[in-house]
Order: sequence, then C-alpha cells, then structure tokens
Amino acid sequence: MRLERREHRPLALVLVTPLVAVAVALAIAGVLIAIAGAPVIAAYGELLKGAFGSRLATTETLTRAIPLILTGMAAAVAFRAQVWNIGGEGQFYLGAIAAAAMGSEVLGDLPGFVQIPVLMLTGATAGAVLLLIPLWLRLRFFVDEVVTTLLLNFVAILFVSMLIDTVLKDPLGFGWPQSEAIADQAMLPDLVSRSRLHVGLIIAMVLALLVWFVQRRTVFGMQSRAAGLSPSGARFAGIPLGRTLIFVAMISGGFAGLAGAIEVMGVQGYVTTELSPGFGYSGIVVAMLANLNPIGVVFAAIFIATMFVGADGMSRAMSIPAYIADVTVSLSLLSMLVALFFTQYRIRK
Amino acid sequence: MSDDVLEIAGVSKRFGDILANDDISLSLARGEIVALLGENGAGKTTLMNVLFGHYVPDSGTVAVMGRPLPPGRPREAISAGIGMVHQHFSLAANLSVLENVMTGSERLFLPMSNTSAARKKLMALSERFGLKVDPEARLGDLSVGEQQRVEILKALYNDAKILVLDEPTAVLTNLEAEKLFSILKDMARLGLSLIFISHKLDEVMATADRIVVLRGGRSVAERRASATSKAELAELMVGRAVSRPMRDHVERGDVVLEAIAISVRIDGVDRLKSIDFTLHAGEVLGIIGVSGNGQTTLAHMISGIVQPKDGDLLLYGKSVGDMSVADVVAAGIGRIPEDRTHEGAIGEMAIWENAILERLGDYSKHGLVDRKSAIVFADRIIKEFDVRGGVPTTRFRLLSGGNMQKLILGRNLIEHPKILLAAQPARGLDEGAVAAVHERILEARRNGTAVLLISEDLDEIMALSDRIQAIVGGRLSPPVNADHADARMLGLMMAGEWAQAMPGREVGHAP
Repeated sequence: MRLERREHRPLALVLVTPLVAVAVALAIAGVLIAIAGAPVIAAYGELLKGAFGSRLATTETLTRAIPLILTGMAAAVAFRAQVWNIGGEGQFYLGAIAAAAMGSEVLGDLPGFVQIPVLMLTGATAGAVLLLIPLWLRLRFFVDEVVTTLLLNFVAILFVSMLIDTVLKDPLGFGWPQSEAIADQAMLPDLVSRSRLHVGLIIAMVLALLVWFVQRRTVFGMQSRAAGLSPSGARFAGIPLGRTLIFVAMISGGFAGLAGAIEVMGVQGYVTTELSPGFGYSGIVVAMLANLNPIGVVFAAIFIATMFVGADGMSRAMSIPAYIADVTVSLSLLSMLVALFFTQYRIRK
Repeated sequence: MSDDVLEIAGVSKRFGDILANDDISLSLARGEIVALLGENGAGKTTLMNVLFGHYVPDSGTVAVMGRPLPPGRPREAISAGIGMVHQHFSLAANLSVLENVMTGSERLFLPMSNTSAARKKLMALSERFGLKVDPEARLGDLSVGEQQRVEILKALYNDAKILVLDEPTAVLTNLEAEKLFSILKDMARLGLSLIFISHKLDEVMATADRIVVLRGGRSVAERRASATSKAELAELMVGRAVSRPMRDHVERGDVVLEAIAISVRIDGVDRLKSIDFTLHAGEVLGIIGVSGNGQTTLAHMISGIVQPKDGDLLLYGKSVGDMSVADVVAAGIGRIPEDRTHEGAIGEMAIWENAILERLGDYSKHGLVDRKSAIVFADRIIKEFDVRGGVPTTRFRLLSGGNMQKLILGRNLIEHPKILLAAQPARGLDEGAVAAVHERILEARRNGTAVLLISEDLDEIMALSDRIQAIVGGRLSPPVNADHADARMLGLMMAGEWAQAMPGREVGHAP
C-alpha cells in the first residue's frame, strides 16, 4: 500500500472534505458523550437547540462568529502566502486595547460616524504592526515566524494586562483590571434589536467577499499566492517578494486587530483579559476548516461558534462537561488535516 | 548461463492503466556492467524497484546467484547482495560518514555499536575501490559527488555483489561523472556486477559492456556496446530516428548585448570576475563550463535577479544601469532558467498563470488579472509549441519535463524576443525533447534573435553555437569560432588552459 499524489482535485471532493471532517469529529466526540453517560443523538439535539433553538440563541451564535470570521481570515490570508501567523490572539488583544484607548482617551465625545471608522482603523493598524515585527525578523534574519508570532502572543496579552491595571485602568471599575469604556456613540449599532448581534457581522462578511475577490482576480492576489508557493519562482518572475509579504502581513495582522476592535465596539465596550476565549487560536482552526477559502471562512466560523454556544446548552441539559465543545473543535481540525491530505493523495495498493 | 549472478525473468508490473513493465527479462554476469537505457517513463526505475523488493511484480521472478528472491522484501534483497544507489541519496545529513554507512546494518538495541570494526571495514573498502572518504566528516558538509561515494560505500559495506545505480550522473558535474565511471569500471574488474540506469547515450556507450534498451515498459533491444552506435541507441530508445538539429549558416547582425568587465559579488564572494562578451543578432554565443563556475550568476545577472558590482552592460549599444526583472522582460530579453521547476515556473499554479507571471503588467487592467486573454495566450503557446498533456487550467506540475520546457520556451519565444538567454535548456530532457528544444533555439536564431546559450553539454554547445567562450572560476575566456573548435580544445578551455587552447589567430573575432 502506498500513497499517490492526485492529479486532479475534483470540486465536489474539495467541498465535501470539511463536511466529512466535521462528521468524523462529531462521531468521535459522540463516543465521549456516551462515556459521559448521555444519549448521543439527544445531546447533539440539545447542542443545536442551544445554538439555534431561540432568537436569543441564534443571535448569540452569530455574535460569537463575528470575531472568528475575522481571525479566520487573518490566518487564511497569511497561510495562503506561507506566512505562518500564529499570533492572531496577540494581534486581537492589541487591536482591542488600541481601539479602546483611542476611543476613551483620545476621541472622547466625538460623534459616532467619526469614531467608528477611526477606531476600526486603529485596531487594524495595531494588529498589523504586531505582525510586521516577526515578518521583518524573517525577511532580515530568517527567524522562523511560527516561533516569534506565537511567543509575541504572550508579550501582547501581558502588555494589555499591564495597561488595564495601570494607565488605562477604569477608575469606576471597582478595582477590577479593565479599561475605560468607549463612548456609547462609538459602539456598533445592533443588527437585531434586543440582542447583542451587531453590524460587525455585515462588515466581516463584506470583507470576506472582498478578500475572495482580491485573491481570485487581482494581480496582488496572484503575486501573493506565487510568493507563498515558490519564493524562487516568484523572484525569477520579478515579483517583489519582500513587499508582497509585507502587504500580506499587514492584511493578516490587520484582520486580527480589527477583530479585537470590533469585539470591543460591538459587544463589551471595554477591554478585560477575558475579552477573547481564544479567538486568535480558533481562527487558525477556522481557516484550516475552510481550506483557506475566505467564503469558507464564514461558514467555518459559524460552525465553530455553534459548537461553543451550543455546548453550553448541551452541558446544562445533559449534565455533561462543556469541554466537549473544545474537544470536538480540536478533533475537527485534526480530521480536517487528515481529510485535506486525502484530497491531495490517494491510496494505492 | 551458469555464471549469471542475476536473472530477471518475465517481470510485469501494472499501475492502473499503465503497464510499467511488460514481460522484461534481464541477466547480469559476474564482473559485467549493464546499462539500462530508456527515456523518462520507459520503466527503468520500476524494474529496479521490483529487483530491490520495493514493488511486488504482477508476474515474473528475480533470482540472485541462482536462488529465487522472495518478492517485496527489500531486506532479503540486501542480504542477497543487491545494493542500490538512489538518485536522491538515502543518507542523513546530520550524521557522520561512518554513522551513515553503519545505519541499517546493525541490529537495534545493541549495548554499544562496534565503531572501530566498522571503521576498519569502511577504510578497507574505501582503499580497495579507490573511493576516498573521511569517515568522521559530517555528511552535510560533503559535496554531492562525495555523498554519492558514501552511498556507494554503504552498499558495499552491506556486502553488495550487485550494485544498481539510478541515474548516477544526474547530480554530478562532467568531471565527477568521469571519475565515477572509472571507479565503476574498476569495481567490475574486481568482480562486482553493476547495473546503471541512464538516458545519456555518451556515458552508456563509454561505460557499459552491454546495453538493454527499454521503451514503453518493454525491453526492445539488447546490444553489446562494442557493436552499436549512439545513433542506433537513440533510435531504439525513442522508437524513431531522431537526430539533433545542427546550425546552418545565418548572417549575423548588429551587436545587441555587450558586457564590459562586469563583476558580480554575492554575499561577499566574487562570482563573476571582470567578464567580457558581445552578442550579435542572429547568432548563438555558447558559454561552456563545468557547473559551479559562475553560470548561475551569469544567468541571474542577465535575468535581472542579481546586479553587477562593476562594469558596464550595453543593451542595443546603450549602457544600462541595474536592471530589474521587469526591466529585462520589457527590454525584450527572453529567459530560460537553468532550474525549470524552481525558477522557471510554479508547479502548483496553472499553465496560464505560469505563462503570464513574468508579464503580469501586460495581462492586467487596474490591478485585475485579465484571465481571458491570459488563457488565450497560454492556448497559443500550447498549440504553436506543441505542449502536450495539459490545457491552460492544468497545473504546471502535471506536465512532463520536456513539455514544461516547451511551455517555458514558448512563453519566451512566441513574442520573438531580440535576445534569448538559454541556461542549460536541455538538461534532464530525453532525446526527443532535446531535439525539439534545439530546433526552437535554432529557429529563433534564424529569425534574428541573439541567443546566449549557457551549457555544460559539449555536444549541445558544438551543435548550436557560432562562437564559444568557456567559463572558469567566474572568468570568461576569449571567444573561439565554433568552426575551429573541437572537443579537445574545448576541454582545455574548460580546464582554464586558454593560451594552450587557442594559440594565436584561432582566437575568434573578439571586438
């Protein structure tokens, strides 16, 4: 038995792959649910109910999907150009704190139509800058960005943690480490009344479409793909390697930073160290499940959000641990990686 | 025959629809060198993998020293005395030579490995076969030729009586290859039997006692080396008469490209040292040399990838400063890189994308790629240059080497460039594809293109070039007229003996 590279990847196979991966993950997680002593089908029923069973549940799930779409795109854009940005979590926090600081300390009471774009831009810039450091190290000294981006997460999160306990600490926060809140008019409008779902969803989806278009149709999209696939081939074709990767890094870091800014502006209004339950890391799973396709990222993000939000309901109804959601998401990443392998290779006897 | 050490009888192996080996039989006598000659995909490597136990044949048997070998058991093959030298060495770069040689032949979980006995055995082998190595050297520090020596020694260390070499010269320079073949001949004289796989006619004729030609999975002919010719072998291998085209007379035009005392330094090392050449429209200037003497840098410099440190490059009589890739492409210089899979194209991208990648500016508007006209362009190349095995949306990687090169040639020649840089254009191609590539280069020359041909293949240089310069240690010799050149003279030039190579007037018409 040996493995053989597939010559053609049929479209149907590419589309079915993530579904199969998710099904496999759910099946394996089902074994764990059974071990925890709950009926598997009913438990998954509760999970779906928890995620989409009511108006509130649905809006919560979609709210949760917004940062995941953006961090998923951060990973997808970078990975496609072979920039291994594992630093989404740090960029998310830096974007969040930059937006919060800009809103509460600088812009103050300016009207919303000024504040909202400025804050989003500020967050994106902060995220981009944080990714440019490891990229510079890679281009200049050949330092592996997997290591530098990953480690910068801790630097960024501890830095944010310091800020919200010192200079940016909210004096009205009863001593809790949290930043001052941004003004009400700087908050993103709700998409559905009496819910937390905000227009960030529209923004994220439009950006996904935009990225899809750029990657598919533009010179820059083609150049960044070439730079990722074969640096020596791209150099021979006259593609400016460094410049292309810098743009890619700015877009990737920008998306992660924007995710942080939008989470502040859409949901919480201020920054704590619990702002992200790992959105940056989950973004990597989202991107992989989507096979780095920006449209796929939207669906993958909704899937991951469903698992996390639905698992709460499931664990309450069935009295099984909510960690099943983490396990399922991780399993789906693993099975997706295996499934992706089989879209490229087939088994031969 | 009783003294046959190896007997392959009626081996067939099918992969899907492809019959990779069709009833192939082959015998090997003690002390004999048999060459397995065939184009890419003729089934040479499949047959050797059957022999070595990597594949189980659908039918047929392998017998070593008269004893049948169980199919599909590499370990049995090794202990029966078969040693394999792979094209891509199976060695570990971070281990020493001695450790590499020992790996795999010792039992696991020994309390300690018997290094001193192993070293003694290795040194004895090295002495006996003239394969000089330092057993303590780290493998990764060795040159490719030395690594190959280690791979051969490893097979000998495992007491191989039959040595199989898969395209052993593919990674070697001419000089290293010659050395290798003299060692192989010595090994045969000492009683070893060798099979070597090749598609190069020269080395097969020079080294083998007997030649077995494979084509399309069948063994089509068997000849004694003394009773055949290169022409016959080429015809047997390709299945029809092929002859490489020769240049005819073309009136050369004006000087289009001139290098005056150009030096290039990369990472502090002088790769090109004050080189001079002139290139006329309608001529081929051949640059010959053993690889690693600055050819890559010369090609990169003209391609716009590296910039000269000193000197002057004159394009159509005008001095140009540093040129980027875009400048070079815009100036009408076609470029065929020496490494077509790593530089010439991007395997995972479609044919149409590879066709336009270096001239994205011409195939885009307002930053959007004009996919439609790019596909039309790719289609034109495919038709006019007879690229087989793909449509514009096929990924480049799926083309065969010859068709890859036709596409790269096509993307450059279809616009009738004024200058064509061709670096090792036929390297690794089989005989039919070589002829096609040469024909295209000569056709461009007839149309007035100035061709700078960089090659280490003497036959290629002699067949195509009007004038020849040798590249040695980053320096270029004065040009010689190809009509006055012969193999001996070019050999001297490649060795750097320029004064001896061209006494007096035979030095060409350098400006």
